[in-house]
Amino acid sequence: MNSYSANSTASMLSSSTDTFEVQRSTKAGMITLIISIVLLGLSISMPFWAGSSYLRLFTELACYMAMAQMWNLLGGYGGLVSIGQQAFIGIGGYSLFVWANFVGVDPFTSVALGGIIAALFAVPISQLVFRLPGGAFAIGTWAIAEVLRLVVANTYVLGGGSGASLTALRGIDRATRESVTFWIAVAAAFGSVLLVYMLLRSRFGLALTAIRDSEVASRSQGIDVKKIKFLVYVISSFGFGIAGALYFLANIRISPDAAFGISWSPLIIFMVIIGGAGTIEGPLIGAILFFVLSKIFEDYGTWYLASLGLLAVIVTIWFPKGLWGLVVDHFDLRLFPVQRRLRMPENK
Amino acid sequence: MTYWIDAVLQGVLVGGLYALFALGLSLMFGVMRLVNVAHGDMVILMAFIGYITTQTLGLDPFSAMVVVVPIAFVIGYALQRGVLNKTISKDPLRSLVVTFGISIFIQNLLLEYFSADSRAIYSGGIEAQSIQLTDGLAAGLLPVIILATAVILTFLLQWLFGATRIGRAFRATSDDHDAAALMGVNNAHVYAIATAIAIGILGVAGIYHGMRTTFTPTDGPVQLIYAFEAVIIGGMGSFWGTLAGGMLLGIAQSIGARWDPGWGVLVGHVMFVAVLMFKPNGFFPKTR
Amino acid sequence: MSVLLSTHKLKAFYGDFQALFGIDFEIHTHEIVAIIGANGAGKSTFLKALTGLLQVDKESVFYKGENLGGCRPHEIVSNGIAMVPEGRRLFPSLSVAENLKMGQFTGREGRWTLKQIYALFPILEEKQDMPATSLSGGQQQMVSIGRALMSNPELLICDEISLGLAPIVIKEIYAALGKITQEGLTAIIVEQDVGTAKRVSQRLYCLQEGRVSLQGNSDEVTHDEIAHAYFGD
Repeated sequence: MNSYSANSTASMLSSSTDTFEVQRSTKAGMITLIISIVLLGLSISMPFWAGSSYLRLFTELACYMAMAQMWNLLGGYGGLVSIGQQAFIGIGGYSLFVWANFVGVDPFTSVALGGIIAALFAVPISQLVFRLPGGAFAIGTWAIAEVLRLVVANTYVLGGGSGASLTALRGIDRATRESVTFWIAVAAAFGSVLLVYMLLRSRFGLALTAIRDSEVASRSQGIDVKKIKFLVYVISSFGFGIAGALYFLANIRISPDAAFGISWSPLIIFMVIIGGAGTIEGPLIGAILFFVLSKIFEDYGTWYLASLGLLAVIVTIWFPKGLWGLVVDHFDLRLFPVQRRLRMPENK
Repeated sequence: MTYWIDAVLQGVLVGGLYALFALGLSLMFGVMRLVNVAHGDMVILMAFIGYITTQTLGLDPFSAMVVVVPIAFVIGYALQRGVLNKTISKDPLRSLVVTFGISIFIQNLLLEYFSADSRAIYSGGIEAQSIQLTDGLAAGLLPVIILATAVILTFLLQWLFGATRIGRAFRATSDDHDAAALMGVNNAHVYAIATAIAIGILGVAGIYHGMRTTFTPTDGPVQLIYAFEAVIIGGMGSFWGTLAGGMLLGIAQSIGARWDPGWGVLVGHVMFVAVLMFKPNGFFPKTR
Repeated sequence: MSVLLSTHKLKAFYGDFQALFGIDFEIHTHEIVAIIGANGAGKSTFLKALTGLLQVDKESVFYKGENLGGCRPHEIVSNGIAMVPEGRRLFPSLSVAENLKMGQFTGREGRWTLKQIYALFPILEEKQDMPATSLSGGQQQMVSIGRALMSNPELLICDEISLGLAPIVIKEIYAALGKITQEGLTAIIVEQDVGTAKRVSQRLYCLQEGRVSLQGNSDEVTHDEIAHAYFGD
């Protein structure tokens, strides 16, 4: 906790020289830290005591968590509403296959390379889509994902429209493959949360919040809005690349439709919106909720998806802060203390 | 040579349909800065409504438009007034998520009722007729009718915007919605009229789409992308630009397809990317 | 003379922030009332409340025998209250003539037509097909006033119409406004310049921190009183 005299601000609010405290940690935050460490320990040990079907399920969940967190960084914090992040899921996935199958890098290292390649692609792509204003940006990102899907589908060496199998996994025994994949998944899920948390607590996070509140005002304060947005886009794409590569590492097979398909976007965006955009907790809750719901309602495919669409509409209009927003409003609970709150010391 | 002229001709004709998809998108963006992610799904929804109308009432597709367009108009008005008006703000997040939700809702409801089977609207043989232009060149009658419709609707929209009371209100509210309200403009109503017109046009476009090709409940997103690319290629803010954008996209796809059948759509996308790269305001940007 | 519009304990909020703390105000038919006050005193907020851009309690605004508080802006202008907004707020995509025609959107009939506006401001007829925002500041202000008049209001509200204009242009604008009001229009004028405000109005109100700090006949209030009402102690 740090505190300092805020005379200039105080004199605007009242004539006395009160001392405010800028509070950055909460009790809940400490509890979160402890729970996180316990959960991390449990997760890491899971391959030693849990069945492989559970490992597979949790790997999938971890992918969703990482993707939701990365979309939230982009759309919830950065105000860059993309419905084309599947472009980077696909790039991450296919680059895993290229590195592992063709270059011979071991498949697990290739997952990290997937993230880097996705970030590299994000640089030129951002130069294109950033030219589109507001809502048009969203459709533009989607169009780019479509372009990539078609290019890959027409590229014979990548397996064309029918896709490819991760042959590089031959020779790695199943237990090792499943355990290592799962550990990477754990790293991705925890890492994405940690990354967003660290980003938001840094000066970068302050700038991001300022831009979200008022782009014009931020610019006049000397914040390079374009650069910040560019960085958010690249970081988010890196995360999507990792998550994409991981997803297809667990899946062993990849195809252009599965990798670059539009069906990723509603899934991830609805997770974030229903969980609560613009918070770290929201996407986590959203991802878990969706994961559970999708397993329960697997057999009601179209009705389930139609209801999700409707739910997204209802939540956006009537509960814009999402599920986590409801929790915060009722209990003033913040698990991840990324905000700075002015508090009058109580003895005053 | 005739081979490539024919490619351009067929591209222009397809472009007419893309323009019909795109006009409404352009209109909604122009008036409210609203991007309707469900636009393509509404094309397909209208195709299905047209399909039912022709099947159950025994109407020919053109008469069916008399039924479907008012339905589309009412759907558009109600959607904007009841739902989308609540999402309009500087931040595009809410309107995008809501229209995305509607998109998923429409797709899956259509899948539930009509299954994934492909269907077509029976057009009474008109799809087989064509106009012989020269020895090697012929234009299908239906595509020519579609293109003519697109040109007429573009003209009507341009006139509506430029020379009528509601058109002035559209432009005024787009410039400054508070100032427009101070002039007596009920923004909620004006926005709803704009969406009603946009979706109303899809009443025509959806039926034409169903007459030209088969369609399934999940075909919407592709139509949205074509419509969007047409708007961007043409340049936002001008309906003539949107019409031209539709044609340019059609030409690019048609030439691409002659080159290699698998690359048609992709060449269209490449054109879109090239426009973003070199002419980000499109070919016919608004001059004012 | 009857009261045309009055407010009773008018309170206004921006979210949690209260900007007006119970304003009591009235204006009679054919009267010109000026509202003065320092920046942030609540003048613009008060006008927003009158024109419906800011929602207030139903009973707090009373106009021609009806409660007008909480009505939407388009309903209020239909009832005959027109506003010349601060900064003119002309529509850049519309020509001069089209901007003026926007004033007619409600369809209220009366003495003001395009022809009448052109008679008042002949320069506008000359430039009627030009984009409105390509005109000079003074001419743009004429468009903005003309646009408000086109709705044939009973009450005209002018928000800082002299802001950013050359003194000679301000004189011209107020001369035109004098002509208009002599014909029986009621007007509320918000002015930064106290001298102008006193000269053109019969009565004035001074706002300070969201409250009325002074009211009286314009030719009776002294500069000392105004200075005191402006800044408080």
